[in-house]
Amino acid sequence: MTAQLEYPDIQDSDALLSVQGLWKVFGPKAQRVPHRPELAGLDRADLYAKTGCTAAVRDLSFDVAPGEVFVVMGLSGSGKSTLVRCLTRLIEPTAGRLVFEGEDLRAADEKRLRALRRSKFSMVFQHFGLLPHRKVIDNVSYGLEIRGESKPDRRRRAQEVIDLVGLAGNEHLYPEQLSGGMQQRVGLARALANDPDVLLFDEPFSALDPLIRREMQTEVVRLHREVGKTMVFITHDLSEALKLGDRILLMRDGAAVQLGTGDELVGAPADDYVREFVRDVQRADVLTLRWIARRPRDGEPLDGPELGPDVLVREATRLVLEADRPVKVVSNGTLLGVIGDEEILAVVADN
Amino acid sequence: MKKLRYAGVLTAVALAVAGCGGEKVGSQPQPSAGKECGTFNLTVSPWVGYEANAAVVAYVATKDLGCKVVKKNLKEEIAWQGFATGEVDVNLENWGHEDLKKKYIETDKVAVEAGSTGVKGVIGWYVPPWMAAKYPDITDYKNLNKYAALFKTSESGGKGQLLDGDPSYVTNDEALVKNLALNYKVVQSGSETALIQAFRDAEKNKRPLLAYFYEPQWFFNEIKLVKVNLPAYKAGCDAVPAKIACDYPPYDLDKIVSKKFADSGSPAYDLVKNFQWTNEDQNAVARMIAVDKLTPDQAAEKWVKSNESKVNTWLGRS
Amino acid sequence: MAAITSDLEVEVRRPRRSVVVGVLLVVWVAAYFVLRGIDTLVLGGQETTSLHRWLTEHRDDVGQGNAFFDAIRIVVDHFVVLLQNLISQPSFDRPVPVIGWLGVVAIAAYCAWAFGNWKVAVLTAAGLGFVGLQGLWQESMDTLALTVAAVLLSLLVAIPLGIWAGLSNRAFRVATLALDLMQTLPTFVYLAPLTLFFAIGPAAATIATLIYAAPPAVRLTAHAIRSVPPESVEAARSLGSTRGQTLLKVLLPMSRSTVVVGINQTIMAALSMVTVAALIDAPGLGQTVLKALQTLDVGVAFNAGLAIVVIAIVLDRVTTAAGDRPWRTASVRRKVLLGAGAVAVLVAVWFSRTYVWAAEFPSDVNVGSRIAVVASDVTAWVQDVFGGFTYGVRDAVTIGLLNPLEGLLTGSPWWLVSAVVVALAFLLGGWRGAVPAAVCLGLLVATGVWQDSMVTLASTLLATVVVVAVGLALGVWAGRNHRVDIWIRPVLDAGQTMPPFVYLVPFLALFGTSRFTAIAAAVVFAVPVTTKIVADGIKAVPVVTVEAANSVGSSTWQVISKVQLPVARRAITLAVNQGLIYVLSMVVCGGLVGAGALGYDVVAGFAQSELYGKGLAAGLAIVLLGVMLDRITQAAARRTQNFQGVQGRGDKR
Repeated sequence: MTAQLEYPDIQDSDALLSVQGLWKVFGPKAQRVPHRPELAGLDRADLYAKTGCTAAVRDLSFDVAPGEVFVVMGLSGSGKSTLVRCLTRLIEPTAGRLVFEGEDLRAADEKRLRALRRSKFSMVFQHFGLLPHRKVIDNVSYGLEIRGESKPDRRRRAQEVIDLVGLAGNEHLYPEQLSGGMQQRVGLARALANDPDVLLFDEPFSALDPLIRREMQTEVVRLHREVGKTMVFITHDLSEALKLGDRILLMRDGAAVQLGTGDELVGAPADDYVREFVRDVQRADVLTLRWIARRPRDGEPLDGPELGPDVLVREATRLVLEADRPVKVVSNGTLLGVIGDEEILAVVADN
Repeated sequence: MKKLRYAGVLTAVALAVAGCGGEKVGSQPQPSAGKECGTFNLTVSPWVGYEANAAVVAYVATKDLGCKVVKKNLKEEIAWQGFATGEVDVNLENWGHEDLKKKYIETDKVAVEAGSTGVKGVIGWYVPPWMAAKYPDITDYKNLNKYAALFKTSESGGKGQLLDGDPSYVTNDEALVKNLALNYKVVQSGSETALIQAFRDAEKNKRPLLAYFYEPQWFFNEIKLVKVNLPAYKAGCDAVPAKIACDYPPYDLDKIVSKKFADSGSPAYDLVKNFQWTNEDQNAVARMIAVDKLTPDQAAEKWVKSNESKVNTWLGRS
Repeated sequence: MAAITSDLEVEVRRPRRSVVVGVLLVVWVAAYFVLRGIDTLVLGGQETTSLHRWLTEHRDDVGQGNAFFDAIRIVVDHFVVLLQNLISQPSFDRPVPVIGWLGVVAIAAYCAWAFGNWKVAVLTAAGLGFVGLQGLWQESMDTLALTVAAVLLSLLVAIPLGIWAGLSNRAFRVATLALDLMQTLPTFVYLAPLTLFFAIGPAAATIATLIYAAPPAVRLTAHAIRSVPPESVEAARSLGSTRGQTLLKVLLPMSRSTVVVGINQTIMAALSMVTVAALIDAPGLGQTVLKALQTLDVGVAFNAGLAIVVIAIVLDRVTTAAGDRPWRTASVRRKVLLGAGAVAVLVAVWFSRTYVWAAEFPSDVNVGSRIAVVASDVTAWVQDVFGGFTYGVRDAVTIGLLNPLEGLLTGSPWWLVSAVVVALAFLLGGWRGAVPAAVCLGLLVATGVWQDSMVTLASTLLATVVVVAVGLALGVWAGRNHRVDIWIRPVLDAGQTMPPFVYLVPFLALFGTSRFTAIAAAVVFAVPVTTKIVADGIKAVPVVTVEAANSVGSSTWQVISKVQLPVARRAITLAVNQGLIYVLSMVVCGGLVGAGALGYDVVAGFAQSELYGKGLAAGLAIVLLGVMLDRITQAAARRTQNFQGVQGRGDKR
């Protein structure tokens, strides 16, 4: 991956996209809210009552690493869609810093911003945002057209991505002639066409049927494997977040509640809200042995089978239950803990 | 769809066949449009009496002088503006309008008077003939209060109704009602059409009606309305609008032409200047247009044929 | 528990408001009996205020001999004359127009086919053939030329303005205000001043029509731009489109069908101006109508009016079909057929230039005179049969409803009426209703025609109530029953485009000269638009919603009253609103049949130079009444929707 060549050191500063103290406030004189502590501290209802403003994003900070799939999750109204639009300044943030490849995005002028949007970012929308008066191929090549590429070039490139997302044969249909899933493939192809560094997804599959949704999720996983783009993925669907996300940011009322990997969220919820949120998850599919291993009790036999800490509970179930003694969780030769039948059953029977 | 296409093809063929046998455009001789007379614009005010004037003048100008006459249907006010812009050259029947004369003739100097039309204009209050027959004394204004109850309508608020007409005409009716102490209310009908319809209905269904009206008017050919006598007009009795308590003055209807037209030396100007006829003449032509449904040209032709001598005077032939 | 208490609050609050309104009205009536006749601001027919006289004196200050206006006039004039030369008037030293009737029919039908479908092409050919058979070919072509010129010029102005108003919120607000003014200001008011700027004739008529016809195109273009799905715009922006690219490649193409609706409305408005514009020498069918009315020849007037209706229906159906055309490009077969059609059109044009029979519409079959005779006979029959009965209806309504209402409005002191109206506006619509009402009332007093305004207001309110009642009944019927809809549409179209002058005469015969006649005419004019909007609103209620209501065993009446009407509330609000504006735009016509008041003032101002200022003031008063009623109804509608001021994202494009 080229991004990694540019950033040889594995440090915090080598994030591809860095968000620091980001605010988006809607309403009259929105500017004052982030800068005045007595306002910034108010909750949603009080803020609205006092100022007539609503803070859709409040004081968010996070980094997205190159090649990462970064998921932002929250219920509707939590500000996640506003957040993703702030990242490319489709919505102008009220306060905070946005750094992309070391460049301050908030300082970029209209022209620079356009250039970035044309080559570095692409976005996929919930309701597709297709242009009904253009054929599939013309929708896909729209981004190339506006940056002035010649017709043969953009046709060729459009055809490539159309093939990539599995739309071949539909080039000359109009969006309204396609099913929802196929329309979203057009949206995906359009986003891929100008070969961006970062793909932004705004709840791309929530308008689709469950079967199609799963198919499209698999498609994204495949694409990520094949083209290795950095992705910021917005969703309200926890299972989708867990399936796709390297890391997940859980938002509530515009603020971050917890940032971590999927098993961190499920295994160590930061508060009751997160706990409630992840309650219905098939924990066995998410949690690894690391989360349920306990210290061996005195006198417990320690000659049972060994497993790594990153093995999913589901995968370990059979072995643990069949073994007549506790299973050891071992990492690099160090004993992290042991797991017996009751630990496994506590997770598996939880559902 | 298929049938339609066949139908289309068939029509095209039929047209082609029929067409090739037809008369060609331009094969008939073209009328020579006035060489020595030129073109003039004639306003036509919205009443049939005026249309009669216009019909006859236009007919004579076209036939005898070879002019091209462009008729324009305009309200009076608007027609006056036309003198300034060159849109109007001739107005054949002007009812007073001292204010406009002052503006366009004296101040702006874009129009000039061209003498009397010969037609006498009368404005007054009229009742349908059946009322005059049934209540003979109603034609004296002094008796109007006696009959006020008859004229009550939904619009008159308990008093008798005096129906006024087209707002183009200056009316003194409000002042008259007040100064003659009549128990009447002036109700605006708003248009000549409404007035005529009201009289027609009143005569047909024997409904009482007292309304503002005027002569000459083609409608007198249909129903002979009876005028109510107001205190006789004396010169100066209408000097102060709010104190008027006398009848309307008799109007000598006159012709107005644009300065440009008057100076052009066109024979049409002489025709317009010499044009003069009587109420009877005008009513005869108006009747042909309004009642017999002749076109203005046909009506004019008919009248001109039987009034050669008058036409000759206009043309300066003796 | 919380839900229950909040429900209770709502239950309690609603009746309370209507009780307050009731109390207010009772207090008003009581105060009226005490204060009757004080401060009623009466102004007699020929009386004027200093404002009126000032306006009269300064009418000539602008316009005359202005090179700017002259240039506009000359350009427009040439354009109209060019169109007339093409299709209606003998031109270029030939005794016939450039294109004869056969060519015009062929071109029109071909365009209808190319932009719409073959059905409207057939309709176009039939419609144009029909007006030819009516014996009105040349007049119709004059009207068509003028309409086309006015519509094209309107669009030239309106579409850029509409785009601007679509993109900028501020421009949108300003435009809405200006358009309200343009649409309610009676044509008569600016007809006379226009002649000062642009003289008389086709150019002035075209410009008058343009002023009247442009607003719908501006409005609907703005609306179209604003209702493009924000995601499509965001998608375009996220790919780095410039503003220009977003506009040209996304907003405009996606607004197409709504903009076409705007064009359609503009055409309809232009056609309804035809007769009025004839007063300043616009050529065409309007002249025929006006002339026929001088001799009360209803038949001939109706024949010409019918031609206008036919042209309107043709243009309406063609533009609607053009707006409904899907995005898909033409199939190869259609392309071939279109090519062949083009050749056929050229042949037809050639014929129409070469042969007399194809150039001048044959006059052997004249349906027109027969239509005229039938129309006259029918009118006479209706008059004879209903004549006695209709006067009774008129008197009952006038004495029972109109006179008390008018008495209350005109007899109360102006400050009492103002206070009551502002209070009502506040109760119904909050500050959004009360502030505009107060401003409008203040300006109404300033116009000096307060009492006439109150007379007109009384008639307007009554007419609007009738219009809404009839419109709702017909609209619900048509909205629920497709067949009714199909049959009722042409009738509604006719009601909307038939020049009011045509049916004023029969109405005069039926009801005499009275305010009632004016109300009846306004109802005829305003019911079609109200009905159409209600019907569309009812049709737009989701099928699922109606099915859900039926599934719990609702009766038809329950479905209508509890489901369809509430769900279609937005449409109904719009219908009331438009009904009101249409009623007001007929006030001037009402002045021609005995309604007096503002309508008469305007007509008188047009006809008598010394009353010019008063006419202008009266015209403004009509606008003020319109704006006031419009703002109050809109504020009231907004209030009942329980609109919460929470703003979402995407406030800026």
